[in-house]
Amino acid sequence: MLKTFPIGGIHPPELKLTSDSPIRQLPVPQNITIPITQHIGAPATVMVKKGDSIKTGQLIASVNGFVSSNIHTSVSGIVNKVDTVPDTTGYRQTAVFIDVAGDEWIDTIDRSSDLKKECNLSAEEITKKCLDAGIVGLGGATFPSHVKLSIPKGKKCNVLIINGVECEPYLTSDHRLMLEKGEEIMVGITILMKALVVDKAMIGIENNKKDAIEHLSKLALNYKGITVHPLTVKYPQGAEKQLIKALINREVPSGHLPVDVGAVVHNVGTAFAVYEAVQKNKPLFERVVTITGKSLTNPGNYLVRIGSPVKNLIEAAGGLPEDTGKIINGGPMMGKALNNTDVPVVKGTSGIVLFPDSESKRDEIKPCIRCAKCISACALNLEPHLLATLSLKGLFERAEQERITDCMECGSCSYTCPAGRPLLDYIRLGKSTVIKMARQRNIK
Amino acid sequence: MGNQLNISPSPHIHGKETTEKLMYGVVLALMPAFFASVYFFGTGAIIVTATAVVSCMTFEYLIQRYILRKPISVTDGSALVTGLLLALNLPSNIPVLMIVIGSLVAIGVAKMTFGGLGNNPFNPALVGRVFMLISFPVQMTTWPVASGFKTGYTDAVTGATPLAIIKEGLKNGESLSQLMEKIPTTFSMIIGNMGGSIGEVSALALLIGLIYLLYKKIITWHIPVSVIGSLGAFTAVMWIINPDSYASPVFHILAGGVLLGAIFMATDYVTSPMNPKAMIIYGCGIGILTAIIRIWGAYPEGVSFAILIMNAFVPLMNTYIKPKRFGEEVKHG
Repeated sequence: MLKTFPIGGIHPPELKLTSDSPIRQLPVPQNITIPITQHIGAPATVMVKKGDSIKTGQLIASVNGFVSSNIHTSVSGIVNKVDTVPDTTGYRQTAVFIDVAGDEWIDTIDRSSDLKKECNLSAEEITKKCLDAGIVGLGGATFPSHVKLSIPKGKKCNVLIINGVECEPYLTSDHRLMLEKGEEIMVGITILMKALVVDKAMIGIENNKKDAIEHLSKLALNYKGITVHPLTVKYPQGAEKQLIKALINREVPSGHLPVDVGAVVHNVGTAFAVYEAVQKNKPLFERVVTITGKSLTNPGNYLVRIGSPVKNLIEAAGGLPEDTGKIINGGPMMGKALNNTDVPVVKGTSGIVLFPDSESKRDEIKPCIRCAKCISACALNLEPHLLATLSLKGLFERAEQERITDCMECGSCSYTCPAGRPLLDYIRLGKSTVIKMARQRNIK
Repeated sequence: MGNQLNISPSPHIHGKETTEKLMYGVVLALMPAFFASVYFFGTGAIIVTATAVVSCMTFEYLIQRYILRKPISVTDGSALVTGLLLALNLPSNIPVLMIVIGSLVAIGVAKMTFGGLGNNPFNPALVGRVFMLISFPVQMTTWPVASGFKTGYTDAVTGATPLAIIKEGLKNGESLSQLMEKIPTTFSMIIGNMGGSIGEVSALALLIGLIYLLYKKIITWHIPVSVIGSLGAFTAVMWIINPDSYASPVFHILAGGVLLGAIFMATDYVTSPMNPKAMIIYGCGIGILTAIIRIWGAYPEGVSFAILIMNAFVPLMNTYIKPKRFGEEVKHG
């Protein structure tokens, strides 16, 4: 019996076009733009100025507060300027512009490809190394990993959950990483287990990646405490709370963190980054990105230096197809549409998906027929049609009572709605207003 | 190229489901019942159905075009479903003009006055039917007996429905065992060889429709199962207490419009509750009210009234009966 989460969920067409395409290195571009906010939390503090000569892997912006992250340069060269740039979210933010010269790495990084299994560091030392290397959650949420590894006083974690679900259609970067860097991921997991002082780790992988399940299950035999669990293919299983429910049948209460039910969740990509940071002293300055789309001639998975423009990735995949109507940063369910291709790849970029014009437009909006399909699709058992209506009518107090802030914006309701209603658009509007109201209440 | 990119928010993909597909799915699920009605009642069934469908769709178009002045959505299938359901709830020899009036009430009064699809509190087809039942009581309760597909529209032989036989008989002091000899066999009732509304007679055809609706995930099991289950349970209790004055649950489920009502009328999206817990309460309400009306009420049949009464409680149920949210009860493993 495959495990899964019991409430709601949908199964959109998987369209994993690039699951057989090995990870290739994207050539280092001429110019690189590195935003100083690539994580949830406070922007990092810029440490370099115009004209500075820097080496690959050098710290260019340092952590500013507990929930923040270090930023390193992904190339060597000269700092051209520190200015603002529109990032993948569309807002302008501060970034470091670098003119690339050669590719000289800082000396401390171990560039050999040997597998290094032993790790004699203490939990504190591991957490410190993750902080230094600027590790953030690579599943997309980019929450700083050192924060997740610091268990608050009075709470206890008893299981580490590794997210290899990759439930978004199209994306295959985690899948390829599991196939090609399985051993490194395993070592990364043992390091994370050590940091959290747990003796049990569960890797959840959806059953459409049978080769990855098989590969990691075989490897897991040599690692104590790590088990691999195939899961039914169902979106949004990669969501933290849904994955915890699927694997250990515990529900994280609204407004609480996974550690409140004794679990900490990290992505497989993060486990690999932790391996590189702890065992090889390599800061997080490159990641695997899937570039895909039905009309691309050469879609694939690329190891990309952070800060490379999206257009370079599209170029490598065969150039922008004529019929492109939408460029999505991330998966088609939760990703954001880009309005230009100059934006840089950041730590949270798991994929770039190109849609032909014919698939880029929304259907006509029709009246709600109260079919309740949105309720069946909601993985949190909310009533999306009601939340949408309350938001539209400005009844925000009522929306708060109906737990609008629980919504994780997975988009299953809008996907399912036969009347083509953009439920999630309305809910986002209501949710942000309710959050603002709650904040003002707290100030008073 | 830059200004041609679409930047709408996520999700960027949409499932294949549309309102039209759901509505035409219901139409397809009604086809076995429609064919059964033609098989048992002949030309009359075709005339009744065609009249109801054409007039419902015409009224919807005319009202949208000339009164509401809204975009025309007559092709979305909802008026077609209303017309079909209204027809299947009528006797096969009802005069055409009465069907047109019933259709006008169904679409014009029960649906369009509230703003059209999605806004009506009561099931339009049932409002039309009950309006006709009250306005034309004789024609609406004169049931042609099932006499084959060669039967003409006007030459149908009429007789009482099984429910009416029982109701009248018990009132006249006859015993139930005597009356049971006058009603069709259980087998006839399953395939539909008895008097009644054209679409309600064949349990078999309706159950095929139910399987299709469930398979296509157009409806969930909650409403049909709770309606049939609660009616069955209620009548079973009465039957066990006194089998001489109360008919068996099998008879109650197969006779009259229970299956048509439970599968196609009570499950109407717009007028039924939206979460499983409320659906079950709503379904049980319909089942029990039907039994009460049949056993103690003035009418031999009560499905239409029961559904309309429960329709009135739906907004209340949607407001006060809530699904258990994810993470509402903290479990410690």
